[in-house]
Amino acid sequence: MTTIAWRRDVDAVLSEAKAKGRHVLLDFSAAPT
Amino acid sequence: MTENFLPARINVHEQPADWKRFGERYGVQWTPTILIVDSSGTERHRIEGFLPAEDLLAQLALGLARSAFARQQFAEAERRYREVVERFPRSDVAPEALYWAGVAHYKATNDATALAQTAEAFVNRYQDSAWAKKASVWRK
Repeated sequence: MTTIAWRRDVDAVLSEAKAKGRHVLLDFSAAPT
Repeated sequence: MTENFLPARINVHEQPADWKRFGERYGVQWTPTILIVDSSGTERHRIEGFLPAEDLLAQLALGLARSAFARQQFAEAERRYREVVERFPRSDVAPEALYWAGVAHYKATNDATALAQTAEAFVNRYQDSAWAKKASVWRK
């Protein structure tokens, strides 16, 4: 499985999705980083 | 599959403000939770709890199909639902996808034979699933 380049700037991701008509994969995680 | 999405992650320990704000916004009460959110910010699919990679990919594909269906893009929804069945035939979500593929075809065409054909498809696949029971009412 391809490694996912998760972003943390959620507001920016949602804005980008709106501008580009894309879906967002929004992951809520408690796993250590 | 992941090329279909812009990925964002909130770590509940490291981003407490985001966790509070977005957790409340989307009613998230457990981790891991993955949401598929459309471009308007509307949640279209929810995956709660850990899944192996193959099952997660099947769920993501299902989520895109559900999003298309919710946006009344029925031809796209049918294509995506059938893709779930074809690519992930042994996944937990395959019977659900087969069911909704039939519904999406019906919604796109108003052709009720799509429902009967879906019921017949369940005679050969996923006979023990709840979705087979739901589709059985369409059998001629």
